[in-house]
Formats: sequence, structure tokens, C-alpha cells
Amino acid sequence: MNDMNPSGWRPGMGNAGDGAPASPTFTGNRGLQLEEALIFELGRMGGCGVDFDEEAPEPMATLGQHLRAAPVALPGLSEPEAVRHYTRLSRQNYAIDLGIFPLGSCTMKHNPRLDERVARMPGFADVHPLQPQETVRGALDVINQLAFWLVELTGMHGVAMTPKAGAHGELCGLLCIRAAHEAKGDAREVVLVPESAHGTNPATAAFAGYRVESIPGTADGRVDVTAFEARLGPDVAAVMITNPNTCGLFERDLRRIADAVHAAGAYVYCDGANFNAIVGKVRPGDLGVDAMHINLHKTFSTPHGGGGPGSGPVVLSEALSPFGPLPFTAKTADGMVHLVEEEDAQTMGHAQAFGRMAAFHGQMGMFTRALAYILSHGADGLRQVAEDAVLNANYVLRSLEDVLDAPFAASGPCMHEALFSDHGLAEGFSTLDVAKGLIDEGFHPMTVYFPLVVHGAMLVEPTETESKAGLDQFVGALRSLAERARSGDEALKTAPCLAPRRRLDETLAARKPRLAWKDEAG
Amino acid sequence: MAVYFTKEHEWISVEGDTARVGITDYAQGQLGDITFVELPEAGAGVTQGKSCCVVDSVKAASDVYAPVTGTVVSGNPSLEDEPELVNTDAENAGFLWSMTLADPAQLDGLMDEAAYKEYVAGL
Repeated sequence: MNDMNPSGWRPGMGNAGDGAPASPTFTGNRGLQLEEALIFELGRMGGCGVDFDEEAPEPMATLGQHLRAAPVALPGLSEPEAVRHYTRLSRQNYAIDLGIFPLGSCTMKHNPRLDERVARMPGFADVHPLQPQETVRGALDVINQLAFWLVELTGMHGVAMTPKAGAHGELCGLLCIRAAHEAKGDAREVVLVPESAHGTNPATAAFAGYRVESIPGTADGRVDVTAFEARLGPDVAAVMITNPNTCGLFERDLRRIADAVHAAGAYVYCDGANFNAIVGKVRPGDLGVDAMHINLHKTFSTPHGGGGPGSGPVVLSEALSPFGPLPFTAKTADGMVHLVEEEDAQTMGHAQAFGRMAAFHGQMGMFTRALAYILSHGADGLRQVAEDAVLNANYVLRSLEDVLDAPFAASGPCMHEALFSDHGLAEGFSTLDVAKGLIDEGFHPMTVYFPLVVHGAMLVEPTETESKAGLDQFVGALRSLAERARSGDEALKTAPCLAPRRRLDETLAARKPRLAWKDEAG
Repeated sequence: MAVYFTKEHEWISVEGDTARVGITDYAQGQLGDITFVELPEAGAGVTQGKSCCVVDSVKAASDVYAPVTGTVVSGNPSLEDEPELVNTDAENAGFLWSMTLADPAQLDGLMDEAAYKEYVAGL
């Protein structure tokens, strides 16, 4: 079975291509750095780790021709074998609980254990969406309270809680905008998106049936107000602006743009993915925003990345609120929070809802965490979140601008993330080399080659989680890598050298992906 | 045979009624290793300046814009199995599609090789 691993790597072979001798150990392990084979190579096919009744139950007659004739090709592992397999793999992983996770635009920050504990309380964790409302009053109250605080923090009028993630929230916002235009009998076709917006924005607008037009940015990394104003007209339904934007800058002219957009009969969608940089400081409603999604899993710290669920409530202006989707929570005269569905929409004064974004009420587990985060921080704590996130990003930016090109360093302080380019690296050295070098230093790499407006972009978002000591470690590592890339240290091109695997052939993996295990031994 | 270039880094090589279109060597160098090309379909109408093809690289997915208006004769069939041709021979075997031209006068608005070289040098 030794040729089954698609990469061809076997324990004991050492790292392919590194010229190093094969591992000196029999197992391929290096000390307590454990190697692990694919699960299919561990188990005995047909084996079973569970003690079932000896007599197999009679197959259901209704299965008919669908009754499986051959055994299922699943590896049979005992419980300790299965537990060890995944625990060993987890030891090769990187996580926010291990160190800084500086992915720009992703806001990978610490998830307070208090919030985790609240989310695991049985009254929240074990509810079912089809339970009678009378039995989940507390959970509905949590949704309603969170809705209140999201509206309060953003200075908006209403909120749709059901969208399941940021891009889902974008779609929800644009569907509200579409419904608002249609209610006026106004068929507009175009959505304007600046270059500095999140990549999902144009995709969302296209998905919502609009034609996307890109508006170039200015040299200092912000939107071009005059270009926006020049393009506005009766065919423009909305503009989508990310604020703070993907260059890590605050869009100072949003109020002016919003006024022009409203005068032209269109709406302002704001991508609020980076709200953590301004929470408690700026209310988007005051800037003229009509719809903005909030990534609870970013700003309000719920686990995400690598599979944690997202949650993207959309706050809405007074003009758009009537079109928000069902269901939503509302407190009625009896003092109870109710979930308003289609049958009650008319009496609750919400007859213009455009429809639904999801079958049920949204991501309960994310709601409990987000509300716990908001209430445990309080107003002063949330303001400090924004201040520390911005302070940390500026510390990274200013600590490294002498060794890494910071294209917008002169545009003033950055917000939540620091942006660098590959300008100044030695000939033949790239952003990728620096990123791979960070793995050797024991850090998850930053976001690379995004945003596209900057050549060889390196986008670092430290978040408010990191202490100064932690930041100094990271900055020191990145400084050393930048200096190696500037001076042309060839060894950097082979990084990572110390990780369990050397640099992967990403091109080959993309061109000829092998996504499924095949029993090539027959 | 005459070759013209766009500011978006496409080239178009015209021979008689038909032309071949691709991205320039400079463009492939900027994109890095190409992993997939989503080609326009034969018979599709393309409009000057409008996106009609997507090139995926290890760094990004990039739109390719039609240098002139016309009708696609066919996509380059070699790219299905060998997208790397765009890297190794961008301005010849790595062409993206062939097409007929609706209005050859549109070519006059494009750059010749010398002008394009000067344009790239200024970037």
C-alpha cells in the first residue's frame, strides 16, 4: 500500500527535493513532530471499531434496488486510532489559539472563552429551529437584543438577522435595494463598485442581476469621488463601498458620495467586513449608508476560518427597512419577543418584505457569542477594540515601512490593516517567498496578492488581540525576512525549510488537482 | 500580418479576415503561473473593451478584454490541457482565441509593438 499517498511521500522518506537525508528515524517522526499517513492507509478495509450486534438487521424492503451490494470502502479504525489520527493532524495545524493569525481582511482574532461558554449553555446550544416559540423565548430574546445593539452601534433603522455570512449579507442588502427600486417602478441596472472594495462586492452585484461597473481609485488608495459623481445617473441602482477599504484606509468622502448617490435616486451599500476598526467610533448611518452587513464572526469575535460558521446580519436605513427579509424578531404588547413569519407580516406592518434569505432565523450560536461579546465589553470596551486594532496595525506599518514598501504610508494612519508591496525586494524575490518564510518563523502567513491594486500585496491585520510583546515578535520576524528578500538570500526561495512539508507546487496542484483517494493497489 | 496591442495587455494578430488574440508576455509575467483559461465559445459575439475570457493564475483570476468587436471562430484547443502555453509562449502558441473582425478600422485605435513597449516601460 506504500504508493497510495498521492504526493508520493512516505514516512521515513524525508522531505522531497530538500536534498536532506531521509529521516533518521524508523517511523519518520522527528522527536515529537509526528508523521501521519492518510486515514485510508491506516485502517483495515471492512474493519470496524464498534461492537455491533452479531446478527445484521434485516434491510428495509423499501430500499429495493438501492440496497448496497458491495461493502462501503471506508477505513475501519478503532476509536483510539481515529482519535489519534485527527489529533496528530491537528498538531500540524495553525490556529488563533497558537499565535497571531495576521490574515488581512479576515480579522482572525481571539474568541473570548466567556462567549464560548455562553454559547454552550443548553438553553441556547440545544434548541431546534422547529421548536414551538413558547419554548425558546430566551433564545428569541437574545436575537432581539443583539438586533437592538447592532442597530444602535451602526446608527441605522432596522436589521435583517438571517444572512449566514458576509457575502450572503451583501446579497440581502442588494435584494432590499432592488425591492425598493421596484416598489417605485424604477428599473435600474447598474451597480458601481470602486477598485478598493472587497472582491465579493462585484460578484454579489452580478449575482443580484446587476451590471457591475468598476470605478478606479485615487493614487492615495481611496475612492475617486469625482469619478463616482460623474458616473451617477438614472441607470445606477446602488454603489458598493468597503469602509474601511481593502487598502486599510478610511473612506473620508463617504458622506459626500452618499449625498450624491441619494440625489441621483440610488442607494449606498457599505461592506462592513472591517467594522471592527470603527466600532464605537463611527456610526455608518451618520455617513448616509443605506445597507451594511456586519460579519459577526469578525467584529464580534465568533470562531471562523477553516469551517466555523459565519453570520452576516444586515443593518438597513429607514428607506430600506420595509423591504428586509422574513423572519425577524419583534417585541409585542404582551412583552414577549416573537418571530414574525409570513402569516404575521401584514399585521406587523412588514408587507413589503422581499422574501427570505434562509429557512430559519439565522446562526443562533453566533448570535449568543456576539451578544456576549458586546455586553461583556460594554461601550468603553468596544471603543477600545477599535482603538487597539487600529493602533496595532499602525505599529506594524510604521515598524516595517523602512524595510517593506508601504504604498499608502503617506495617506495618513491606516485603519485595521497594514498594506505592503513587493517593491524593493531583490530581483527574483517575491511576496510568496516572504510569506513562506513566515512559516519557518512559526507564524501563519499574511494575506498575499490581495488587494489587486497593489503589486505583490502583503496585507497584515494584527487585530486588537495582540499584545506589544507579541507584535514585536511578529514584526521582528517579518523584518528579518524582508531584509533577506532585499539582500537576495537564496535560501529564502526554498522556504519553508523547517515545516513538516517543504514548499508545495501550487501550480501543479491547481492544474492537475487530485482530490480523491483511489485504492490504486486494487 | 500585423500585430496590435491594447493598454489592457492583449495582443491581436490580423491575417486577412481573421485574427488571433492573446495576452502579452508582459501580462503573463505579471500573472504568474497560469492554471486555467476560460475561453469564449465559438460563434460568440465579443465587443471591444468588454470582458470575454478569464485567465486563472496562482495569484488571481483576471478578465481578458476583446481588443476589437467581432465573432469568435474558436478558442485555442491546446489550452484545455496545457494552460502553461500562455506562460511559455504567450504571443504565439499560447494565443487565447481566433476571431473575425466586425470593423477593421477599430485596429487603428490600438498600439503597434513599439508603442506598446514604450507603454510597458512607463509602468
